[in-house]
Amino acid sequence: MYVAVKGGERAIENAHAWLAEERRGNTDIAELSIAQIREQLSLAVNRVMAEGSLYDPDLAALAIKQARGDLIEAIFLIRAYRTTLPRFGASEPVDTAIMACDRRISATFKDLPGGQVLGPTFDYTHRLLDFKLAADGEVPRAPSRDTEAGNVAHVTEFLNREGLIEEAPHDDTPPPDLTREPLEMPADRALRLQALTRADEGFTLGLAYSTQRGYGRNHAFVGELRIGSVPVEMDIPELGFSVEIGEVTLTECETVNQFTGSKTEPPQFTRCYGLVFGQTERKAISMALVDRALRWEELGEDNVGAPAQDAEFVLYHADNIQATGFLEHIKLPHYVDFQSELELVRKLRREAGAQQVQAAAE
Amino acid sequence: MTDQAYNFAYLDEQTKRMIRRAILKGLAIPGYQVPFASREMPMPYGWGTGGVQVSAAVLTPEDTFKVIDQGADDTTNAVSIRTFFQRTAGVATTTSTSDATVIQTRHRIPEEALSEGQILVYQVPIPEPLRFLEPRESETRKMHSLEEYGLMHVKLYEDISRHGHIATSYAYPVKVEGRYVMDPSPIPKFDNPKLGDMAAIQLFGAGREQRIYALPPYTQVVSLDFEDHPFEASKADHPCGMCGATDSYLDELIIDDAGGRMFVCSDTDYCEARQAAGHKGKDAA
Repeated sequence: MYVAVKGGERAIENAHAWLAEERRGNTDIAELSIAQIREQLSLAVNRVMAEGSLYDPDLAALAIKQARGDLIEAIFLIRAYRTTLPRFGASEPVDTAIMACDRRISATFKDLPGGQVLGPTFDYTHRLLDFKLAADGEVPRAPSRDTEAGNVAHVTEFLNREGLIEEAPHDDTPPPDLTREPLEMPADRALRLQALTRADEGFTLGLAYSTQRGYGRNHAFVGELRIGSVPVEMDIPELGFSVEIGEVTLTECETVNQFTGSKTEPPQFTRCYGLVFGQTERKAISMALVDRALRWEELGEDNVGAPAQDAEFVLYHADNIQATGFLEHIKLPHYVDFQSELELVRKLRREAGAQQVQAAAE
Repeated sequence: MTDQAYNFAYLDEQTKRMIRRAILKGLAIPGYQVPFASREMPMPYGWGTGGVQVSAAVLTPEDTFKVIDQGADDTTNAVSIRTFFQRTAGVATTTSTSDATVIQTRHRIPEEALSEGQILVYQVPIPEPLRFLEPRESETRKMHSLEEYGLMHVKLYEDISRHGHIATSYAYPVKVEGRYVMDPSPIPKFDNPKLGDMAAIQLFGAGREQRIYALPPYTQVVSLDFEDHPFEASKADHPCGMCGATDSYLDELIIDDAGGRMFVCSDTDYCEARQAAGHKGKDAA
């Protein structure tokens, strides 16, 4: 006997209650605090801020806690929250030349003004599980020294003096904003970079890797990778000047790419660029490589049909919130469309069967 | 009870204005996909964010709101969206098709004919009817502007030559007022004839794809076909097991381990109203 399904509301409520219980886990174990997540899972917090497009470590930590550590779910929480925030205005462009660098390395010059600063990197750690962390996490203080005064010039500036690298002319055109306008093609570079900086890290990494393996190869050298904090200034019309309203930590990657010239451009090095919230260097390097691949048209290069060269393909599929939503929606009810497919397949099979019977009779 | 932390119907007024402008443009150019700056909503893309944004933009405090998914008011996502607007807009809700002023739907058009003054809001996953023939948005927009729909007819023709039938059973493409080819969202083709000449306003929202399109009341909507292979609305060839209706779209249920089947109206309001009026199907208690 069939009874129409009722009580969806109660099922949902109960599911939510169970979810909350699972999130908390065993109550004999101390609960994680937001501050603990913010301080001790800071790279997760950074990724959530970068792809959530909202610089707020406490909110990102809260989202990670609420999402049970599922970072895409946490990014989604942040995105949904940021849409509800009023927009007071836009900051002045941040100047990464005045960044207080925690890390600054160049793969193109052995030494250069400002030096090579490794900073807090995994790069040369041996990936051996540290069982001491399982016992107690006390760490000795790291040695420190005073920072050198003065700004650290960008590596590409030195190449620019010789005219060896393409010009990057100053441009005050307000950039488009895909969070306020629908993403439409063709997308200019500023819009592409905005899409890439909030793009899924894994997707961007995969695309960047594909260019290294020959799918639109562009031979990138990391001219410079720098991580540190920059001041954010905002112009206050009532005051008539701009005021520092805070600091953000950014990862910036500028790569230098070999370029033998094209019909329109002389042989020179070209630039590609990655800039991401927080300490997120895998993402920033990936972003730079994909940026370079997408520039084939303006540099007069051939489109070799590589996925990373295809702006529509890259930009329409890079957002993990869109992607995960559409992917996961197929678990929602589709009784109605499935029913219509059932009818169609039955009908086609009936007719195919009848034809076979007829053919056999003949 | 409304949630005071958010604006009426969740979205801020500026965003609603932006969406209303897109809706008005859509109504002025029936079947044309209007790009709009879709917002991230507190439910995932794919769960009806386009429909939710359109509903949020058209709802007023006096409205009575109904939500169906697969024709039913009590499927989990219909419940969830209805609760969302109860919380954020405090509007009255109903399951009765005729009592509702705004109906948000996924995959169905109610069986009961809609009337003037009602708005039907569709949730749309892929608004572009040409998408699976041409994946590039820049190309499909060009095809629409040049009214270049040959590719679609070739696809339908190839279906017929291969299978003897057009092998599209839902999201069956239509032509609006002799101009734009439009995706009616994944409704079964059984519902296609209801799209045309409808008294209510029909609004289509695709959140992830950032598109809104619309059919004003009494718009001509024609399902694509050929003279010798006319369009045919189809459904399971059974009456409803609960209310005995022979004119409604049916869900097929598996009711026992032996694979026994039962067919029942997908439109729960239609079925319940008929049962209340004394109609009885062969499986009714």
